[in-house]
Amino acid sequence: MTAPAAEPLTPSIGPGAPLLSVKDLHSYLATSQGVVRAVDGVSFTVHETEVLGIVGESGCGKTVTCRTIMGLMPARTVHTEGQVIYHPRNDINLLQATDHEFQSLRGADLAMIFQDPMTALNPVLSIGDQLIEAVRAHATMPTTQARRQAIDLLERVGIPAAPRRMKDYPFQFSGGMLQRALIAIALASSPRLLLADEPTTSLDVIIQDQILSLLLELQQDTGMSLILVSHDLAVISEMCDRIIVMYAGQVVEEGSAADVITAPRHPYTHALLDALPHAGERGQLRSIAGSPPSLIAVPPGCRFAPRCRFATDECHSWDTELIDAGERDHTARCWRQQEIAERQDSWQRSELA
Amino acid sequence: MSAMWVGSPSEVLMRVATKAAGRKRSAVRRRMTLIIGLVMLGIAILAVLLAPVLVSQSPTTIDVLHPLASPGTGGHLLGTDQYGRDLLARILYGGRIDLAIAFGATSVTLVGGTMIGLVAGYLGGKIDSFLMRIVDLFFAFPFLVLIIAIIAMLGPSIFNMFLAIWITSWVSYARIMRAQTVTARKQQYVLAARALGYSNIRVMFRHILPNTASAVIIFSMVDAVGNIILAASLGFLGLGAQPPTPEWGAMISDGQNYILTSWWLATIPGLAVVFVGVAFSLIGDGLADLLRAGER
Repeated sequence: MTAPAAEPLTPSIGPGAPLLSVKDLHSYLATSQGVVRAVDGVSFTVHETEVLGIVGESGCGKTVTCRTIMGLMPARTVHTEGQVIYHPRNDINLLQATDHEFQSLRGADLAMIFQDPMTALNPVLSIGDQLIEAVRAHATMPTTQARRQAIDLLERVGIPAAPRRMKDYPFQFSGGMLQRALIAIALASSPRLLLADEPTTSLDVIIQDQILSLLLELQQDTGMSLILVSHDLAVISEMCDRIIVMYAGQVVEEGSAADVITAPRHPYTHALLDALPHAGERGQLRSIAGSPPSLIAVPPGCRFAPRCRFATDECHSWDTELIDAGERDHTARCWRQQEIAERQDSWQRSELA
Repeated sequence: MSAMWVGSPSEVLMRVATKAAGRKRSAVRRRMTLIIGLVMLGIAILAVLLAPVLVSQSPTTIDVLHPLASPGTGGHLLGTDQYGRDLLARILYGGRIDLAIAFGATSVTLVGGTMIGLVAGYLGGKIDSFLMRIVDLFFAFPFLVLIIAIIAMLGPSIFNMFLAIWITSWVSYARIMRAQTVTARKQQYVLAARALGYSNIRVMFRHILPNTASAVIIFSMVDAVGNIILAASLGFLGLGAQPPTPEWGAMISDGQNYILTSWWLATIPGLAVVFVGVAFSLIGDGLADLLRAGER
């Protein structure tokens, strides 16, 4: 629906050119309870050197989206449809890529870092061995050179005494250090796109900040693109150029970080922003009533309607696509967004009163 | 406040040092089973390898003057059998066959079964179903009956005994390894390795295998004992080593006819089986402790 009207203006190579286009992606998981529609018609584009944030609560399909892009979903139990076009390699559709094509793409072009650094490294190999392996995975070079590169990488992600720590095993590293090491491993073959799937969820706030600054710094140094997945809107808003808000397997709002944060159009985005705690503000935190719908038996109508305080009868019976919200490339999946935006101010005023 | 810090700093340091020493001792004690097992197995291996040095008699030489000599008489330390063959020599040379079974039969089935289980568990799907149905097929038959049937078909000999064990006993390893691999495949480090573009072979052998091998290695020690007892059983039934080749099982079988008059003929080879069996069991236990400690 978001026909790229500005297509002639976007360059095809260099910063700003589309790198990865996800088009109408569906990822259905077969479980014993039924088919889980984990990702249900997601479309977005990542451009070169862009930081794209994907935000949404647990179970809304963020991780499945990432893993589908990387081809890491088990093929036997997962049915995927749509297209994931990786532009630098002759517009290859990743959903149809062979194992062999994927192996050459993963690591070298696309890399991913995972939620829990404690379990994402092989417990029986030293950090150094795993780094050297990653360095040599997509380039042939003698061990000494690979070792030197591995130490460089460790230093670059801010691990002190890198040569000595090469010998350490994952259990000898703290959570933050492990995530740094994982970032180093992911960057070993200089990927063009890094998918960071909630990279700081299991880390404490201070470390979280350090890791995010490191990611942003490395992104700027290398010029890679970054997809940052998080349930934390504060993190996303601070780091990203563009934001995608996901709810129940669908994109409900997309736009530049500034637009989405300052002028949200979808009631879910409103609710997420409202739920953010503000330092220095006292009183009860506002949560979103209810819980996300079951993705096995999806109710008709807007998926957010049962929890939406603006919902009308129509909302429960029919759904809409992403609708242009006026400003540049800002879209939201709500047919009453205009009305709600206008009412929002009076809502807030009445609630304060 | 805290009771721990009662006493001068040097006293506290002493107490901490004592605790550390205690921990080190318990680490040694934990490895004691493994060490004792390895020493026992080492003694057994050395003894059978050095058999020509340790005994002057050949295991098949017949001492016509001293048949059924009791231990220590007639110049035979452990006595002689009904033909006057030196029992010590027969134990030592016979041990070569039993230990060869323990290592040769077990190592081949360990490696083969592990590979098959790894591939089945990692690739899944049709390959997995196919391989695991073969495994089920083998488990459907009583193990010993299957082996006896194969040997009966091929003819009794030591090589055919090996062959029968190779054909039948990889299945336990395959089943254990498959279960381990299916669990490991879902681990994040496997996903991460795949996300780095590593080939399936690399993910399987470098990332999954070292994390899952401990179960099959520990089982292989139990299996080695089983194979020695199996070799002895087959020898006992006359399906293993053929006379006059000495083999512990066959010796027990021969000796049972004389059990009331010459107890040592069956008892001493039996003790040899027990000795090696205990050695492997201790190693298995020790390895289990050691490898599980590493997993923590």
